[in-house]
Amino acid sequence: MNAILCRYGELFLKAGNRPRFERRLVDNVRRALQGLPSVRIDSPHGRILVRLAEADIDEGLARLERVFGLVSVSPVAEVAPDIDTIRAAALTCANAALARDPGLRRSFRIEARRSDKRFPMSSYEISCDVGKAIEVATGIGVNLTSPALVVGIEVGSKAAYVYADIRPAPGGLPVESSGRAVLLLSGGIDSPVAGWLAAKRGLAMDALYFHSPPFIGEKSRDKVVTLARMLARWQVVRTLYVVSFTDVQKKLREAGPAPLAVVLYRRMMMRVADLIADQTHADALVTGENLGQVASQTIGNLATIEAAARRIVLRPLVTYDKTETIVVAKKLGTFDTSILPFEDCCSLFVPAHPSTAARLGDVLDAEKNLDVAALATAVAASAETLLL
Amino acid sequence: MIYLDNAASSRPAPEVLAAMNEAARTLFANPSSAHRLGAAAARALQTARAQVAALLRGEPDEIVFTSGGTEADAMGILGAAGVARGRHAVITAIEHPAVLRSAELLSTRGWEVTQVAPGANGVMAVADVLAAARPDTALLGVMLVNNELGTLQPVAEIAQALRAAKRAPHFHVDAVQAAGYVAFSAKALGADTIAISGHKIAGPKGAGALWVKAGTRLAPLWDGGRQERGLRSGTENVPGWVGLGCAAFAAAQWGPHIPRVAALRDRLEQGLVKALPDARPTVTGAARAPHVTSITLPRLPAEPVLHALEARDVFASAGSACASRTRGPSHVLRAVGVDDDAAVLRFSLSTDTTEADIDAAVTALTDAVQEIRSALGTRKSR
Repeated sequence: MNAILCRYGELFLKAGNRPRFERRLVDNVRRALQGLPSVRIDSPHGRILVRLAEADIDEGLARLERVFGLVSVSPVAEVAPDIDTIRAAALTCANAALARDPGLRRSFRIEARRSDKRFPMSSYEISCDVGKAIEVATGIGVNLTSPALVVGIEVGSKAAYVYADIRPAPGGLPVESSGRAVLLLSGGIDSPVAGWLAAKRGLAMDALYFHSPPFIGEKSRDKVVTLARMLARWQVVRTLYVVSFTDVQKKLREAGPAPLAVVLYRRMMMRVADLIADQTHADALVTGENLGQVASQTIGNLATIEAAARRIVLRPLVTYDKTETIVVAKKLGTFDTSILPFEDCCSLFVPAHPSTAARLGDVLDAEKNLDVAALATAVAASAETLLL
Repeated sequence: MIYLDNAASSRPAPEVLAAMNEAARTLFANPSSAHRLGAAAARALQTARAQVAALLRGEPDEIVFTSGGTEADAMGILGAAGVARGRHAVITAIEHPAVLRSAELLSTRGWEVTQVAPGANGVMAVADVLAAARPDTALLGVMLVNNELGTLQPVAEIAQALRAAKRAPHFHVDAVQAAGYVAFSAKALGADTIAISGHKIAGPKGAGALWVKAGTRLAPLWDGGRQERGLRSGTENVPGWVGLGCAAFAAAQWGPHIPRVAALRDRLEQGLVKALPDARPTVTGAARAPHVTSITLPRLPAEPVLHALEARDVFASAGSACASRTRGPSHVLRAVGVDDDAAVLRFSLSTDTTEADIDAAVTALTDAVQEIRSALGTRKSR
């Protein structure tokens, strides 16, 4: 194996935008492979081909399996486009796959595809020729409808690609093809998952964490940095902004009755996120909020919170059950970090009985005596920036 | 910096660091090697062994070096279980996880494990432990000083009562928090194995020891080159154990400082109770080690209090009720009946702690609590 073949699917639907999406995807593939030596990327016939050192194939595959927009990836042998060479390469691939997983010995089939129609054999003829050779050499039977092993052959004009291992990639749209957003990231289970889901639909984000020193310790902050780095592996976020929220929390706490506190905090978070979004030229805010998960997350409260935002607020988890969120968190690897038992700013300053229906009038009344815009500006100005 | 978290880990003494540095630099040969460099390393270990033995008032050849307190506890519990005839173990409900989890492991191997609860003062009653010991009890684990409360357990009395009742289980004592601060003699304690750790006594991490009474049989936890009398295979941690020996030598001289440490602890408790009227010692009426105190602050979250304290350059631990809302009180605090919504803080002193440290810590905690209360609003009014 001397290359990785990457497949993408959904982009074909976006006929008019296709070149733009493809360019973005190639850029993201290149960024994912940063740091690996001698990587060369081509995009022939609706595929992305990554040539890299054989020793880096596994690492390359692992990284490409985290690139949104890719549907699947395969380690491939790039060989000269003549049938003898292709046959030999296919046999080597098949043997390697069988050695790795003897369960594949049940049955096989060949999937040949020919983008260069000048090649002297049709796809069907290639399949028959190579299939026969593998059948004879391995003694395994052909099963066209549900084979255990699939050996793929793609013939182009300058080279042919042979593989026997197709690994699923996350699908979705290339990150940043849908624009930029600011992700409100806490140390919990939900917000990393919300960011991941938003990135899957092509949003590139910068993360914003509200820290409350001195009541919240450095370990809580470190935990958020860890989560942001995990998200960065999927290109979900590039930068983490850490702002100090303590003073504003105190002022908001004193400004209104205790049950309103959560809504007041979250409205202020929206304002700060908008200010950060101004700097990053982002068009949306993304939160891990959910409908009804905790007492304060009612439709009424979400509306009152959103009224403080200037941008559209996306809540990818709004309809998720906690168990569904946890499934995604485990898949993307943030769950074990999210459940580390450190307080975050949300859990500490939450009153015992938060309001489930904070009326906008009451909230505005509580904010009346504060210069909320100046407070938000001060918080945003405290931002410490971490490149991930 | 006012460091009052010595029961978690202590600052290594300069002479310990110097000894370790020297050992790592010059005694790099394998103590098992036949040449004179190997002999020098082996001699250094013998010196360290004698130093640790002196601290415990045992014999050098009764000391088995380990990677720390947890390994020493595992060796004492699991090693004894490996050669035991019975299949019943008794431990206290307030043991360190190193002992608790070793006992849990035994219960997955067909052992029956009885946990004995302490009194409300955090001290085991001799009669309760004795009542749990049956004729087929093969193993007993009682710690000398509880790590969360600082309470001193009646280990020698339990050993005596066992002898009087003609019960002879293997008796393992976790003395990790006692070493240096509580004078005891390994033999007089009546134990069969005693565990200690380097980094609790101004020594290094990754170094501990198990005192094994002469004639006591233990099964090794793993096998290999059969170092440490075959009980602990693996090339010896020469710098770590030299450092442990050095720390043990120093800790053996702590006696004259102990009354002062105890007085500072009392000053801390009295100062806090005076400054914060609802603060109180978590347990009262108990014999205690001189360097640890546990303070309960009703209706406060422990972790933010610790961080507010940290902002004032005072370092302590949650002890660990409601350290976070996602965690309940620890097994020890549950056993002595602490309220779920109280902050329990553990302050642990060292022989270097001064009166000025204590007074500054009292002021810092008073301010920190006030800051939290004003930030949170008074929880009572909710």
